[in-house]
Amino acid sequence: MNQPNNISMQLDKAMSARGVSIPIEVRDPVFTLDDVSVFYGDYEAIRNVTLPIAKNEITAFIGPSGCGKSTLLRSFNRMNDLIPGARVEGVVAYHGTDIYGPDVDPIEVRRKVGMVFQKPNVFPKSIYDNVAYGPKVNGAKGNLDDLVEECLTRAALWNEVKDDLKKSAYALSGGQQQRLVIARCIAVKPEVILMDEPCASLDPIATAKIEDLMVELANDYTIVIVTHNMQQAARVSDRTAFFTAELDDKDIRHGRLVEFGRTRELFSSPTDPRTEDYISGRFG
Amino acid sequence: MAIGSSTRTAEGVSLRQSRPRYGEKLIRALLAVAALVSIITTFGIVISLLIPSIEFFSEVPLTDFLFGTTWTPLFKNGEFGVLPLLSGTIVITLIAIAVAIPLGLGASIYLSEYASSRVRKILKPTLEVLAGIPTVVFGFFALEFLTQLVLVKIFPGIEVFNALSAGLIMGVMIIPTIASLSEDAMAAVPSGLRDGAYALGSSKRQTAVKVVIPAALSGIVAAFVLGISRAIGETMIVTVAAGLQPQLSFNPLIGMQTMTSYIAAAGSGDLATGSIEYKSIFAVGMLLFVLTFIMNIFSVRLVRRFRQAYQ
Repeated sequence: MNQPNNISMQLDKAMSARGVSIPIEVRDPVFTLDDVSVFYGDYEAIRNVTLPIAKNEITAFIGPSGCGKSTLLRSFNRMNDLIPGARVEGVVAYHGTDIYGPDVDPIEVRRKVGMVFQKPNVFPKSIYDNVAYGPKVNGAKGNLDDLVEECLTRAALWNEVKDDLKKSAYALSGGQQQRLVIARCIAVKPEVILMDEPCASLDPIATAKIEDLMVELANDYTIVIVTHNMQQAARVSDRTAFFTAELDDKDIRHGRLVEFGRTRELFSSPTDPRTEDYISGRFG
Repeated sequence: MAIGSSTRTAEGVSLRQSRPRYGEKLIRALLAVAALVSIITTFGIVISLLIPSIEFFSEVPLTDFLFGTTWTPLFKNGEFGVLPLLSGTIVITLIAIAVAIPLGLGASIYLSEYASSRVRKILKPTLEVLAGIPTVVFGFFALEFLTQLVLVKIFPGIEVFNALSAGLIMGVMIIPTIASLSEDAMAAVPSGLRDGAYALGSSKRQTAVKVVIPAALSGIVAAFVLGISRAIGETMIVTVAAGLQPQLSFNPLIGMQTMTSYIAAAGSGDLATGSIEYKSIFAVGMLLFVLTFIMNIFSVRLVRRFRQAYQ
């Protein structure tokens, strides 16, 4: 399906658009995962992941369905806490602090690590109130007009909605709703934005807008994105982690991290044959 | 095959119905009847209320009925001022919803947002058992237990038959209705909305109050309306526990009669058919019908307005 040349070209384009060179080593990582496994009850959905997340970069998680990449993503802001029986082993360190440590408040973690979901989950409120929701629950007082405008502008939505701020967010199209969700997320001023297949329910034009937005946001935010779309990973991400599902000796499936590296290298010269099979479309 | 030949049906490719489908028609007719029964009944009730009511109002002026402050239909030269029955209904309904709305909504929030699925599986059916207890049992519980063992100790001057005990127990009776319907409405809120709220750093309380309840509001308001309708229409608890003394008062410690308990009490007595006392039952019934009808229309409007604001 993908020609390596194509992907290289896309990458070059994405990188020149960003205007940054990618450091080889991850210096000053925002997240460091050390031997992380996530369980649902007795079932180990993903096993033994060790991985850094670089600051102000886009890290993409790719791999076939059921490889645990969304599960792993949800462990970055303790969203798995909301699923009964879910449990994390190993260390998920945010700037050196284990977010599963005894003194850590998951609400504080989620204020610093925001999340955008597969389906645009706008609240049944006005466009304005959607953006103002996060600051309000986090104690913001007074007039939020400037903040709302700033966030909608950053999410490339302001010009489309500035006259309709009091209208229900449900009146927006799917792509607009997803940009509204991104605006709502950055209104809390997080450092990291997790995106779980943010374009899965969008058409190609809306997808392109979200991708442009991601590249733009990476100047100020650290982004981790789960995607099924390899071209998307190649277009927007700086680093890519490839996961797969493996059967263990008891025939139970577990997600495993196969390969992690700079996106350009991973797509042009994968070191693991499973990665090569997947990105060349022979599998998955 | 030539295109032209396919349009000709001389060969007789019949697309007509090959055999009659009697079953379809029968089912359709039965379902239509099922839908019509409630409509016909409603019309029947309106007409049966209307005729004696019109006769009643030809003898008692409407203004005397609506604004009169004495209700003594069974006396000689009885008076037909409905305000005492209205005040009794209002006082007891207000007490009941003051109990049922906070507790019912609280229970639904707990069940939907806080309880583990195991707790919910036990608690919800248990709560619904409350709704299955006959109201006459609630009535005697209010009279024998609540009034005589509890309320007399708090309010020494309380009458044996009083509005307070009836209202409180009626509130308890309505809790499952409100809790169960509100919980259904909240459970129907997509989990994506909760995830979105939590991901923005909301606490459980903030998620419930600021996201889940607004999203479920139309269902919750519908639950409240149903609860209030049940309170207004409830008869047995009031008849047993609040007494049969029509009094124009807002003091919950004394006995009161509501519109429904008057209908039940007068209807079970030996009133002569066609007498003015007999017709007064229908006049009160008509008023009850009109009041609940107005309330339903009002609440439909209310729900629609909230919906518009949120969609």
